[in-house]
Amino acid sequence: MSETPEELIRRRQRDRARVMGLVLGALAILIFLIAIAKIKAGMGR
Amino acid sequence: MTSVTLATPVPADWRDFVALTKPRVMTLVVFTGLAGMLAAPTRIDPVLGFTAILCIALGAGAAGALNQWYEADLDAKMKRTRGRPLPAGRMTREAALQFGVGLSAFSVLLMGFALNWLAAAILAGSILFYVLIYTVWLKRLTPQNIVIGGAAGAFPPLIGWAAATGSVATLPVLLFALIFLWTPPHFWALALFVETDYAAAGVPMLPVVAGERETRRQIGLYTLPMAASAVLPWALGLTGAIYGAVALAGTAWFAYLAARVATRTRAPEGDTMRPEKRLFAFSIVYLFVLFGALMVDKLVLGA
Repeated sequence: MSETPEELIRRRQRDRARVMGLVLGALAILIFLIAIAKIKAGMGR
Repeated sequence: MTSVTLATPVPADWRDFVALTKPRVMTLVVFTGLAGMLAAPTRIDPVLGFTAILCIALGAGAAGALNQWYEADLDAKMKRTRGRPLPAGRMTREAALQFGVGLSAFSVLLMGFALNWLAAAILAGSILFYVLIYTVWLKRLTPQNIVIGGAAGAFPPLIGWAAATGSVATLPVLLFALIFLWTPPHFWALALFVETDYAAAGVPMLPVVAGERETRRQIGLYTLPMAASAVLPWALGLTGAIYGAVALAGTAWFAYLAARVATRTRAPEGDTMRPEKRLFAFSIVYLFVLFGALMVDKLVLGA
């Protein structure tokens, strides 16, 4: 059974939201780790 | 939940945004950026090192996206690029532009805040160079376009080094020169044996504009300074013996293959273009092996 245009739009929106969520989650973790690395580097001085 | 009307445009698939970043080109960019970073005389925190490489990759991806945004008309005229998201109509030009600009700004800012602003400035310069100088200005104007494009691809080791040290030195400049001078023989070897439709799309490629004989001559000419910039890091004592041995042997073989291409004439019929294909294939291995040797040299000898 083929997808209707509405189903296609909804599926694309859902997929993009999911990928965006994953990217933002990974970015939050990365920024946290960068902060830790910077603090460590500052303490070593 | 709001209803979706027929007037609502179909949003591009997230995979099309990935395709916009030219992931295959990114492999070499990441590898040479990593080599530049690891060749630096300072130790870098693994998280910061990862962030620097991520920024280099994202910056390259952003430049690729902006290149596809600007060249959508040209891509539509060529078989190889007709299936890309923009010419195939799977994405609007506006979405590609917003994605490219956003990703550029993000990669530069992240590099600046996480690493240092010199690396961020070189990254910004490389994106602007690729998009404005190469894509917008010179690509459709001169048959030396690939030389200019080569400069854009040569920035990663310089950025990797700057990210690790906060400065620029002779070695990363030589690595920049190596990739810059490697690009013309690499690309023109390919252009000699692959029938492209660049001419039909209005891009002045050297074999079409100046002919095959001139292209062969220029392959030979560019190989000379390329060989010098490959061997100089070792000759100047900036790397150890591992890189030196690999650079000498690899460059000698590259020069031999390039000399064969530069001095031969295509047979009137049934020429399989074997020397040109061998030079092109080896040129890819050559760059990976040389930068690989640079990293091994640093890890083993600490040179």
